[in-house]
Amino acid sequence: MQKEAAIREPLILGHKTYHDITEDVCRSIEGKAPKTWYVLFGIALILGLFGIGCILYLLGTGIGTWGLNKTVQWAWDITNFVWWVGIGHAGTLISAVLLLFRQKWRMAINRAAEAMTIFAVFMAGLFPLIHMGRLWVGYWVMPIPNQFGSLWVNFNSPLLWDVFAISTYLSVGFVFWYIGLLPDFATIRDRAKNPVSKKMYSILSFGWSGRAKHWNRFEIVSLVLAGLATPLVFSVHSIVSFDFATSVIPGWHTTIFPPYFVAGAVFSGFAMVQTIMLIVRKGLKLEAYLHVKHIEYMNIVIMVTGSIVGVAYLTELFMSWYSGVEYESYAFINRATGPYWWAYAAMMTCNVVSPQLMWFKKLRRSLLFTFFISIVVNIGMWFERFVIIVTSLHQDYLPSSWSMFHPTWVDIGIYIGTIGLFFVFYLAFARYFPVLPIAELKTILKTSGESYKNNTAPATEKPVPAVEIAKPVQEVAEPVVEAIESKEEPAVEAISDEEKQSRISSLMEKLGQGSAESKDDLKLISGVGPKLEGTLNDIGIYTFEQVSKMTKSEYDLLDSITGTFPGRAERDNWAEQAKTLMNK
Amino acid sequence: MADRVIYAMYDDDMVLLDGAKKLVSEGVHITDVFSPFPIHGIDPVIGVKHTRLGIVSFMFGLLGMTLAVVGFKYMMIDNWPMNIGGKPNFSLLENFPAFVPITFEFTVLFAAHGMAITYLLRNKTLPGMPADNPYPRTTDDRFVMEIRLSDNTKFSASELHAKIKETEIIEIEEKDYVVIK
Repeated sequence: MQKEAAIREPLILGHKTYHDITEDVCRSIEGKAPKTWYVLFGIALILGLFGIGCILYLLGTGIGTWGLNKTVQWAWDITNFVWWVGIGHAGTLISAVLLLFRQKWRMAINRAAEAMTIFAVFMAGLFPLIHMGRLWVGYWVMPIPNQFGSLWVNFNSPLLWDVFAISTYLSVGFVFWYIGLLPDFATIRDRAKNPVSKKMYSILSFGWSGRAKHWNRFEIVSLVLAGLATPLVFSVHSIVSFDFATSVIPGWHTTIFPPYFVAGAVFSGFAMVQTIMLIVRKGLKLEAYLHVKHIEYMNIVIMVTGSIVGVAYLTELFMSWYSGVEYESYAFINRATGPYWWAYAAMMTCNVVSPQLMWFKKLRRSLLFTFFISIVVNIGMWFERFVIIVTSLHQDYLPSSWSMFHPTWVDIGIYIGTIGLFFVFYLAFARYFPVLPIAELKTILKTSGESYKNNTAPATEKPVPAVEIAKPVQEVAEPVVEAIESKEEPAVEAISDEEKQSRISSLMEKLGQGSAESKDDLKLISGVGPKLEGTLNDIGIYTFEQVSKMTKSEYDLLDSITGTFPGRAERDNWAEQAKTLMNK
Repeated sequence: MADRVIYAMYDDDMVLLDGAKKLVSEGVHITDVFSPFPIHGIDPVIGVKHTRLGIVSFMFGLLGMTLAVVGFKYMMIDNWPMNIGGKPNFSLLENFPAFVPITFEFTVLFAAHGMAITYLLRNKTLPGMPADNPYPRTTDDRFVMEIRLSDNTKFSASELHAKIKETEIIEIEEKDYVVIK
């Protein structure tokens, strides 16, 4: 097996087995959702429904309900569109580009980031659809034979390229995401106890069985899709930037737009990934898989792309002067010093200054600071699009038409509504879908797991060969594990009865007394069989409540008393299991 | 007589790989391996050929590109040439720069979807399909070898059992072979 350099930080902290990965990721799907989830889902749903209401009102009344006027014909709608598309860039970048570069740290974030991408592109797509005015004839953007004679769509137009780029991006991104999800749905399917969820996940998993040939195909399909998605990511935001760059509006007519937009998109996309993942890892207790090192890597991407964006801003300024075109220079002077100076200042501070703070190692490894900056960057990138769109339009060639843009409540409502809808989708995803790629994480466990890197992993249980059918092999664990245990506690086996009694009483003091009457079925804890249950009952442990109070020191104490299965209780995390069983 | 199959279960990918190498060197034919994630290096050992899906993708890409070119050639050049901003659509070659984005998008669209659909069909993984992994834990942390007796006619069942038990298995089971899909 390929080994990884020892100085690389491990990507999976602590000791995890393959089964632990399954458990950790499936816990949130199989258990009950916490109250916070319902609260957040409720808030998101209300905002989303309000947004839908605003959209319906707009469709019924007309685009006039937006604050657009004859000078500023594009404002919040297109700002929000470009903002959402930009956010939708991180997912595919993480899963495709980082896969091609064989970056293993992407495994912690790719699933969640791809989901974010898909939902963000949904939200983005809404805006041009509404902006077309008559939503019900939206299919006119497709090159289909029609009743108006030879009226085809215009393949020369960047707006049409946009239709193709974004729909291709959305569908390819979705396929990529779903193909990766199949094996994980199969894992959930095979664990499901409830018949309804078993049926659901069975349909979702398409009957995936994990044959060698299927995995062989899986790897090639992932690789080829990554190869296809990589240029696709770059094409999408390049084409979005063509919407502006191919026009002759001062401030838009620049050749730097495609790379500058792509860098900006990656910048904002990673910021959104940070915002979401910092919450998800905490909420779903996935800190072992997505830790400070991952956050630091993403912060470095933010720093680099933020710097590219900064250079692009300055290049634009320089070119507006160097070109000698007075309209071009005016557009930029007006941006920085005109009535919209505050938007320009917000953009410069949030996007150019704030990512530079990531040069400090302490700051880029701080979770709180990262969260703060990720919000700042999201705000900054919204202002960037606002500055590009509104400030370039509002003082055009004809001073008598100069005007300002004032958003109406419909503008604001639809924007807030898309944020709400986005989180409705995202929260549902976090609840019912595996947020980490279970199968892919298992492939990097042995090379990048902490306990495997520093050789603290307990030796695998080597069963005696030739046991017929499903005999749980418990006894065999002893000889191997003993060797490890003996380093800390040389005299595990040889303790006197007196010593044993005193240890039992000290253990019971910590756990509290239980009685045989209020006995729980301890066999429900994985790792506890009928024999071990008897031993536990002999000591005086009868209830889940007692087990749930156990910590490392109690486990060791228990091991020293029973003398059997050392380390097992800790590895199977009895306390956590007991806690969940208690709440059932 | 119905075909019989032996399932040998392992709890580690590398242990299974070592076991597979040993068995294959002794002349045992391993029909298939079920695992929760791809085991690197298992394909040449058990004789799984490299997939040709990459070629499929390339061909779908070519198809998409051709369709795009034929499509906009007909619409923009032949059927209704438009003159936009003094830039008339006279010939495909002169106008091609404006059509590059669409050509690219169509190529990617066809290559990706064509390959994905072929992949799902070849794997027989489609909505509603039943799963056919022999034990539910093979999607969690168990690795299972499938050894069909009809593939190993030179050994008797008990000889195979003995050989398999020499590797570090944790369970072994012999069953009738059922084709689920």
